[in-house]
Amino acid sequence: MTNGWIDIKNTDMMLIMGGNPAENHPCGFKWAIEAKRNRNAKMIVIDPRFTRTAAVSDLFLQIRTGTDIALLGAFINYTLQNNRVNHEYLVNYTNASFIIKEGFKLPEDGLYSGWDADKHTYDKSTWNYESGGLTKVDAPSHPEATAHGIAAAGAPPPSLPENVAYDPTLQHPRCVYQLLKQHYSRYTPETVEKITGIPKDQIIKAADMFTSIRKDGSTKQVATIIYAVGWTQHSSGTQTIRGAAMLQLLLGNVGRAGGGVNALRGHSNIQGATDMAGIFDILPGYLKVPVPKDVDFKTYLTRITPKPAKPGEWQSFNYWSNSPRFAVSLLKSFYGSAATKENDFAFHYLPKVDKNYSWAELWDRMYAGKVQGLFAFGMNGVAIGPNSQKNIDALKRADFLVVCEIYPDETSEFWRAPGITPEEMKKINTTVYRLPGAGFAEKDGTFVNSARWLQWKYAAVPPPGEAKLDQEILARIFLKIRDLYKKEGGKFPDPILNASWSYTNPYNPSLTEVAKEINGKALEDVTDPATQTTIKAGQQLPSFAFLRDDGSTTSGNWLYCGSWTEAGAMIQRRGTEDPSGLGIYQNWGWSWPVNRRVLYNRASCDTNGKPWDASRAQVWWNESAKKWVGNDVPDFKPDSAPSDHMGPFIMNPEGVGRIFVPLGMVADGPFPEHYEVFESPAQNILHPQQPNNPVAIRLKSAADKIGTTAEGYNIVCTTYRLTEMYHYWTKNNPMNVQLQPEPFVEIPAELADELKISGGEKVKVTSARSYYIAKAMVTRRIRPMMIEGKKTYQIGIPIHWGYRGIAEDEGRTAKTLANQLSPAVIDPNAFTPEFKGFLVKLEKA
Amino acid sequence: MSSTRREFLKISTVGGIATTVLGFDVTSAQAQARELKIARTTETRSTCPYCSVSCGVIIHTLGDKAKNVTAQVVHVEGDPDHPINRGTLCPKGAALYQDILNERRLLKPQVRRPGSDHWEDISWDQAIEEIAQKTKKARDDAFIERDANGFTVNRCENIGFTGGCTDTNEFNYLVVKTMRSLGVVHLENQARV
Amino acid sequence: MAGGTLQIKAISGHAGPVAGANTSRDYDVCKLVDTTTCIGCKACEVACVEWNGYPFRPTSFDNTYQTMPNTEWNYWNLIRFDEHENADGTFQWLMRKDQCMHCEDPGCLKACPADGAIVQYSNGIVDFQQEHCIGCQYCVTGCPFDIPKFNQETKKVFKCTLCSDRVNAGLEPACIKSCPTGCLHFGSKDDMLALAQARATQLREHTSHRNAGVYDPEGVGGTHVIYVLHDSSNPEKYGGLPKNPRVPILVQLWKGPLKWLGGLSMMFGVMGVAIHYLRFGPKEAEMKDADIQKEDRNRGN
Repeated sequence: MTNGWIDIKNTDMMLIMGGNPAENHPCGFKWAIEAKRNRNAKMIVIDPRFTRTAAVSDLFLQIRTGTDIALLGAFINYTLQNNRVNHEYLVNYTNASFIIKEGFKLPEDGLYSGWDADKHTYDKSTWNYESGGLTKVDAPSHPEATAHGIAAAGAPPPSLPENVAYDPTLQHPRCVYQLLKQHYSRYTPETVEKITGIPKDQIIKAADMFTSIRKDGSTKQVATIIYAVGWTQHSSGTQTIRGAAMLQLLLGNVGRAGGGVNALRGHSNIQGATDMAGIFDILPGYLKVPVPKDVDFKTYLTRITPKPAKPGEWQSFNYWSNSPRFAVSLLKSFYGSAATKENDFAFHYLPKVDKNYSWAELWDRMYAGKVQGLFAFGMNGVAIGPNSQKNIDALKRADFLVVCEIYPDETSEFWRAPGITPEEMKKINTTVYRLPGAGFAEKDGTFVNSARWLQWKYAAVPPPGEAKLDQEILARIFLKIRDLYKKEGGKFPDPILNASWSYTNPYNPSLTEVAKEINGKALEDVTDPATQTTIKAGQQLPSFAFLRDDGSTTSGNWLYCGSWTEAGAMIQRRGTEDPSGLGIYQNWGWSWPVNRRVLYNRASCDTNGKPWDASRAQVWWNESAKKWVGNDVPDFKPDSAPSDHMGPFIMNPEGVGRIFVPLGMVADGPFPEHYEVFESPAQNILHPQQPNNPVAIRLKSAADKIGTTAEGYNIVCTTYRLTEMYHYWTKNNPMNVQLQPEPFVEIPAELADELKISGGEKVKVTSARSYYIAKAMVTRRIRPMMIEGKKTYQIGIPIHWGYRGIAEDEGRTAKTLANQLSPAVIDPNAFTPEFKGFLVKLEKA
Repeated sequence: MSSTRREFLKISTVGGIATTVLGFDVTSAQAQARELKIARTTETRSTCPYCSVSCGVIIHTLGDKAKNVTAQVVHVEGDPDHPINRGTLCPKGAALYQDILNERRLLKPQVRRPGSDHWEDISWDQAIEEIAQKTKKARDDAFIERDANGFTVNRCENIGFTGGCTDTNEFNYLVVKTMRSLGVVHLENQARV
Repeated sequence: MAGGTLQIKAISGHAGPVAGANTSRDYDVCKLVDTTTCIGCKACEVACVEWNGYPFRPTSFDNTYQTMPNTEWNYWNLIRFDEHENADGTFQWLMRKDQCMHCEDPGCLKACPADGAIVQYSNGIVDFQQEHCIGCQYCVTGCPFDIPKFNQETKKVFKCTLCSDRVNAGLEPACIKSCPTGCLHFGSKDDMLALAQARATQLREHTSHRNAGVYDPEGVGGTHVIYVLHDSSNPEKYGGLPKNPRVPILVQLWKGPLKWLGGLSMMFGVMGVAIHYLRFGPKEAEMKDADIQKEDRNRGN
């Protein structure tokens, strides 16, 4: 979330789409209800089914799953047509005025400029800003002379120009604003009705309601967009979220109390796991992962450290310019005294990555016999899928599997999954270790919530039986491996032998010691030049401003620097005061970065540094003190006066919000374009010859089949969670099983009538990959839709059951997994599979 | 409701005799507000392990954490001080008591041997020894020091690590430190999906 | 109740005065249920079961999100789910928390012949004291909301206590505390009525719910559980909330003009048979209703 849970209470208007917070985040959703109760805020809910969030909304639209970009495009189009923008914000805080290179082509045919049909990749060199600073509207421009924009062979890798050409009148035909207008002019209510299935008057009604906060040119009101994995779990997931961000930039809602683009993450600590780089493509604190061409540390640092790219008259803080300080401090934390200036701080210890090692690819390689061992710590990969049967088959080909869990799960028991015969079981040679881990009540440590709050929790009881704390299990395994390398030697043992492991009890590291290591400390005295504060050698660092690139500081994650300082554990604070009344709670826990609660909050003020709405003032420019002050920690260079025209989006080298994303930083194109989900009942009326996202990743194994309507897969299916259940966990909790006792499939009443299915009857849902059996829930909460003139049905499956659980073990279920149905088609940016939309057949079981 | 008429008569007769007529002992009727089950508990502040709201919860245990006491969890309730949930919980968080005390919990290390159709108990030491041996062998078998272009890559492609959604920051940090040091690149987490 | 805040105001099956009544000031409590902000999450159901420690009750899928068809002796708090298509084509998924209403004029207490089995505290809570319960189930007949539920094994009747143990200790009921959206609120009756009226006014003025109003039925003397409804003209559509609930006439007689008969155990049996007929008599009709409801659910309700 750019903002936070409590901050939702400050909003005037909510668009909830791609998420179902009433069911999946009920206690956070209270703040949406508070906004309704205390501010008469309006709530628009858009979902494939009428959810419990929809039940308390002011306007509900039923959308066909996976067509969110089309609808957001219609909203953007409406915003531009009716001038519902915050003009001052748009011109000064976004790249709307930036001029794009000649040769850039919009995807009227489904493809941006630079498409190489043979290699199936884009040359992105035209997806860039023009150089040249302030540009007059009558300057020469050649929007027609596109020539498909393929750059000359052998050109150096493109980079952003230092002095970006821009036209603050927004009139230049190649400025971002004009291109945006042109691009989304195709997204008319009539067209979008055919794609999404939402009647056009409803589209207009929703667009009008959402953008009504800028109806009379007022900049006082604010709207928020709230989403979850209904957006991310698609082959164009990242672009959907981009669409939301663009809409919010147009309206001037990012950075403001009650505004923002708010991702509701689905689990207690996946925000923390992302920050900490539990995924292959980043290092802690979102540092880029090294690639083979980073032949030395300097090359790596040069690649990951951006240079400012902005109109010459403007300023850019370009915070990532500090990347070297973050990277060196990380390596000092990992490898201690073994990381020296002389050996490039042991940069060569880090593995270099040159291909996609993401979730679905991991299972694909195991399926191909290339991954021999898998550790699964609290991660039920078989149930999570997608294409669960493939994951089961993949594990059959592994040599060993180590599962750490608190309950018996599908992954650890893959070798006796339903359908495996005794004969086949004998041939499964995988050794499986199942280690009893600790439950949440038995562990201390930190979780990070969606609002980026780090909160420490305390252990109440010891783990039961022989169960152990997770960190003890991991430490014992690692130290045993280290012993083996010490004794026997082996391939490149250096990083294993030299990993810093100076915990008081190395076999069971205290998490307070680890938390302090993550914050980082000074190895020598370090002084902050701005404040002249000195931190003595050995002391905890108060913030990342003290990090150095000379090896004199450590920090396991620069974003968390400040979380455990000499003043104590900021993450353990329990201050309940909120003097501003905005729900900031500055002294409760600690929020990254530097305890800032709303990101980009400089944008909550106009260009003069005055809040757009004084009643919701977060930060402001104090002219007499010559600095930014406020109720929140300013997300800005503290002493940069408004007259400097420094951009509020300090993590971008441009300093401004990106309506146009240059150079393929988003792989599918600078603007979101509607592509069909990979298994779709429709052809894509915008460009039938290019129905799908051309750069989405589609796995090619024998198990990765794609179904079509021609083969009879003509019902749209989506998956989701229920409020009574949590993933594949609460199926072990009698209380939750009582609330939702059995798996079911939600089926529109009209479809049930056609197939003569009544509620409670068993049905079989079949995709190109596998099948699922559960009872039918016949409902009017999902309606038939008209898609491209054809009556189309959607059904929905809650994901919570498998082959181990209370109901499963009692024989009350068919022991099938919802994700046996879902396909491994992957978004090209976030590498998240398309769980949320695929085609099925439906019949009585 | 399938009380039979015979039962009814039995009950009403007994009831008729047992009640009223001779008046009523007020003290006996007053009693009975059940004792507050959290009146004598120790409170531990924790965070709900489910969604990303991170609601504060209070775990109530019997036993004061003295050395000779094994604490017993008796109740879980929302933390009213927590600024986000303010004491509220959803149907999952409100049922955490039955997650902590659950007869389905795994209590011993187990192993399933190749070709086997059952779990066997295994000691922690044995399990860790075997896991370390297998990990080292797999790594040494296929470790890539240089790629086809001659660039140093120092990676191990044939071992994967998948982390869960309830792993703490501190645990995740130890995972990244150890797995990257082993050269593991198939490092993934619930955060991806 | 030594040291507690609960003072008894009325006692079932009791002829004499209530000792200790009106000897201390007490405020009357009230639970406000705003159905317009209920998300049907069932946190209140769980909080109720967890707090009261009742055993697992097996349920089965019945084509609805509703946990079970009705409250049970060990399940006192149930969200009722109802779907409605409005004339303007909009759709409503109504969720109402169903539990004991804690009537000011409690039919259960009036009907109960067992001395001290049902008490009403001066703060408004109507509480069952199972050790005095004789299992006659007259309370079931006396209740216009179909709340008290009989346990076949113990032959006792149970229902929501409004967490009298928690309230006595200065805490709010478990369901109130758990409610994520704050659709449940707890306080004095006056405060909750004011809050409810203000919310209803807000709904009428700022949303499409022009018939929003407060449910605090007069027929039972008002209740210590009140609702805000989007459409107060039609409470039945919220899982059968009765429009004008009243204590059954026979029960009124039993404890009204004919109260003096209550002391006569002879008459008790006669009256009991009459009430019992009311309670258990028209069995076929009840079955039929249940079947209709079930059929309705299977068609997507």
